[in-house]
Amino acid sequence: MRRRTKFHINPKHVLIAGVILCVGFLGISFRFGEQLAPVRSAVGAVFTPMQKGINIVGTFLSDKLDNFRDINDLLDENKDLKDQINVLTYENKMLLQDKYELDRLRDLYVLDQKYQDYPKVAARVIAKPGNWYSVFTIDKGTKDGLAKDMNVLAGNGLVGIITECYYNYSIVRSIVDDKSYVSAMFLKTADTCFVQGDLQLMDQGKIRVISISKDAEIEDGHEVVTSNISPNFLEGILIGYVSDIELDASNMTKTAYLTPAVDFEHLEEVLIITELKEPQMKEPPKESDSGAETPNTETPATETPATETDSGAAADAESGTDTETGTNIE
Amino acid sequence: MKRFLIYLSEILILFVIQTSTFHYFGLADIMPNLLLILVVSSAYMRGRLTGLGIGFFTGLLMDIVYGELIGLYAFIYMIIGYFTGYANKIYSDDDYTLPIVFAAVGDFVFGLYNYIFDFLLRGRLNLLFYFRRIILPEMIYTIAVSIFLYKLLHMINHHLERKINEEE
Repeated sequence: MRRRTKFHINPKHVLIAGVILCVGFLGISFRFGEQLAPVRSAVGAVFTPMQKGINIVGTFLSDKLDNFRDINDLLDENKDLKDQINVLTYENKMLLQDKYELDRLRDLYVLDQKYQDYPKVAARVIAKPGNWYSVFTIDKGTKDGLAKDMNVLAGNGLVGIITECYYNYSIVRSIVDDKSYVSAMFLKTADTCFVQGDLQLMDQGKIRVISISKDAEIEDGHEVVTSNISPNFLEGILIGYVSDIELDASNMTKTAYLTPAVDFEHLEEVLIITELKEPQMKEPPKESDSGAETPNTETPATETPATETDSGAAADAESGTDTETGTNIE
Repeated sequence: MKRFLIYLSEILILFVIQTSTFHYFGLADIMPNLLLILVVSSAYMRGRLTGLGIGFFTGLLMDIVYGELIGLYAFIYMIIGYFTGYANKIYSDDDYTLPIVFAAVGDFVFGLYNYIFDFLLRGRLNLLFYFRRIILPEMIYTIAVSIFLYKLLHMINHHLERKINEEE
């Protein structure tokens, strides 16, 4: 105890020092966010194996518990299922015939086919930072050939994009996240729009689609895919199906809701397309490397300037009205 | 030194548990704020300086691994730790309700801070929705977990203190 009394400091002074330190950190990370990546990478490298481990243990335990609980249900279900098999085998034959037809049609439908050929890497979702964000960590990183801005899929729909990539883990922002903002288009009519995540709609399993041209001939159930003018997303990846189309108060654009093709509630494994969209370069690559990476800290930051160019391009293709709403969003 | 190591491992373990994805731990897709419970209870048991220190390092860890800007979480955890530390003056060895109240208040402040700095600044004005959807459930769940977690932390602290007294 004697030692401690000699070491006495006024907590108030420490608090002031801490606050100054925090503000300093904020300033530094705001200004030089890029240079801090190695620090984050190192810390993350320590935690990734731990998070992975605890996930395995947790899943194992809950699986075991579920086993006991479910055994009776399973017996009943098994009986029902056997009956169903008979019906289904018959139906399956019918469907196979349809499938051959579908395959033929798909060959014609080049856009749909496109993203099935991209090289992909599978990864596991291992951590999630908090209740406010739909951001998650996956267990693959630069050592598996991933990089920032690579597109993430699950099943056959878009999940999100890698916002930060480190040695053995990466952080993915999903399209339902409040800050996500994806340039998209309708598969049928090629009308452009923006898919914007919204925490308020997440519970209903929906996200918002904005800035649809008022002349777009779309209906409920039409597919929305990533657009050809998006700077980061590869073209033609299915995002989801549109519903509840409404004309905006401004009478110039339409807004709609979108049901994602991916089940975000139960996301355990994802696929990452290891091919990046060809970046737009004003100058030869040497210069643009440093230039393109500066607003790197967040996707919205990188997407924001893109949004403007996007809506500009959209305005060229569509009527002039789009430009105004494009700037309004900001 | 030993105390320092114990705090460090407490932070690490709770951090890993809190960020892990196995949802069987979370109710209604909401995770309790375990790190906040740690900050609040150590501040209550040990005083302002400890609360401030643990808060700062916990927040810094969150910032480094997940934050966009380093310092945001560190700041709020530190402030919460510091002000809870004042309650150390009325600390009693067998009071298990007070820290739970602090955890609830702390979590509310934390939620509000998060909302203001990350959602309000982007023009998301519907505070009531965010309160109902995230802040309130997180508070309730944090309270529930803090009942047990505080007992555990209290036990560890008690044990440590006895050891030190024996040594001197």
